[in-house]
Amino acid sequence: MNKKNAVNVREMIAEKKKKRNFSNLTEKMIPTILIIIASISILTTVGIIYTLLAESIEFFRRVPIWEFFTGTVLKPLSQTPEFGVLPLIMGTVISSIIAMLVAGPIGLMSAIYLSEYASDKVRRTIKPLLEILAGIPTIVYGFFAFTFVTPLIRSVFPEVGATNILSPGIVMGVMIIPMIASLSEDAMNSVPNAMREGALALGATKLETTFRVVIPAALSGIISSFVLGISRAIGETMIVTIASGSSKNFTFDITQSMQTMTAYIVEVSGGDAPAGSTIYYSLYAVALTLFVFTLIMNLLARYISRRFREEY
Amino acid sequence: MKYIDDIKVQKRMNSRVLKNDIVKQLFLAATLFGLVVLAVLLIRVITEGAAWIDWNFLTGKLSTAAERAGIMGAILGTSWLMLIVVPVTLFIGVGTAIYLELYAKKGKFQSFIATNISNLAGVPSIVYGLLGLTIFVRAMDFGNVVMAGGLTLSLLVLPIVIVAAQEAIRAVPQHLSEASYGMGATKWQTVKNIVLPAALPGILTGSILALSRAIGETAPLTVLGIPALLIPFPEGLFDTFTALPMQIYYWTLDSSLVEEYAYLAAATIIVLLVLLFLLNSIAIFIRNKFQQRY
Repeated sequence: MNKKNAVNVREMIAEKKKKRNFSNLTEKMIPTILIIIASISILTTVGIIYTLLAESIEFFRRVPIWEFFTGTVLKPLSQTPEFGVLPLIMGTVISSIIAMLVAGPIGLMSAIYLSEYASDKVRRTIKPLLEILAGIPTIVYGFFAFTFVTPLIRSVFPEVGATNILSPGIVMGVMIIPMIASLSEDAMNSVPNAMREGALALGATKLETTFRVVIPAALSGIISSFVLGISRAIGETMIVTIASGSSKNFTFDITQSMQTMTAYIVEVSGGDAPAGSTIYYSLYAVALTLFVFTLIMNLLARYISRRFREEY
Repeated sequence: MKYIDDIKVQKRMNSRVLKNDIVKQLFLAATLFGLVVLAVLLIRVITEGAAWIDWNFLTGKLSTAAERAGIMGAILGTSWLMLIVVPVTLFIGVGTAIYLELYAKKGKFQSFIATNISNLAGVPSIVYGLLGLTIFVRAMDFGNVVMAGGLTLSLLVLPIVIVAAQEAIRAVPQHLSEASYGMGATKWQTVKNIVLPAALPGILTGSILALSRAIGETAPLTVLGIPALLIPFPEGLFDTFTALPMQIYYWTLDSSLVEEYAYLAAATIIVLLVLLFLLNSIAIFIRNKFQQRY
């Protein structure tokens, strides 16, 4: 019995050593494997920037860069194609402005109501409902804009086109409301209660407290939520693609069809662009412009919320 | 002697209080505006589409004749996409999160990756579509198949999964892993046997939310050139396919030609929303049932 045990122990030690070696190897391998996995996100960024730049450079070899950025005519499919990006930038900017005119005030007012006026119970009912609004796929909003909002606008203003920039702009605004409401509310919630109580004790009403104390203190967060909202509107694709049509108008008339940068990418990539053609490369130049627009907005939002944050 | 003139104070206060009350109602109205639009949208979709949903619609093949059209192909396509997105994002997302939270030294490289991830989260989905078109469809020559679509969507929602996994791992209390080290476990053993199981509910919740974002995405798929009218069902990862949002897109666009297509689009939207609702319910269920508070 004893003898048998002794042998066993020796075997066990040998076994253990083998295992230890193996697990030592795993221990050493794991960090390397994890670094490789983690660098996939960097590869994605590199991939995006590389593909956009490489193909755009080819495009700018065929179409001079100043012609692209100052041209007000975009006729990629005509006999004498013209590639001016300004109509697309116009469409993008106008649809984003309309969206922010809807989402900005309503989102901020919702945030004020939820953070300053609503009871805990009301807040806990309304917030999840608003989050549903944020979770609805954009294609559904596109359907809603095209089959409901546009006919509704046209029944009041018959001169509005069947495809126009107004209706997708409004619907896009509705889509962004929850984002602005929730980010602004977070910013206002982080204002310490002592400051509110100070104002209230001096005899201010809730409204005065909100506008003179809470909003100034939370301003950096509120502004950065607006900037993120703009970035979201610039990058939004399906709503404008469906409801705003594909006319490359360079105009301020919101009752007309206008094309955004995103909608142009969908239209052109959706078929009629053989690889290697100038139209094909124009996709990447437009996407690069779009990418730079949204990147600037995102960096700006982060800068504002960091630089101007009031610490309490 | 009286220092305060009550009547004067009353006069000034009344208007201020009144203003407060009125504006409060305005704020409430603004809050309800979003909810009213949500209700109108849902009612609109349901009244238009519900009548068109039957067994034939759910299991039938696509057809140009509205009465005979079915969305089985799109349902299968979306399922195949999920089959790629879930394992790919879980593997890369959790791996990256473990690295950032548990292995990386606090320093430049770590904060570089973190900044990079938050920037990626802000890139418009259509740009991911172009990335997928260039790399998966053209350079790797997959064509517009399930694999290309799935990988593109995976890259798109990866930041969501990474951030969710990071938060879940961070919420696992230090003393659990310290106990594990105290028992003589190595770092990887601790991660594998202690940290990951404790973080799993949070990781799964985040991953399901990312998945529901992925299956509603349309823009990247349009760029990849996912076809409009596709009769055969996809049977593998390298078959061409169509997905629910693509079906909605084409039917909505063509509703100006054939009126019934609008109803088909609405019916497909109901199917998609029910699917999203189920996924989100599962996520909430997991969060409530399995998440432990330490």
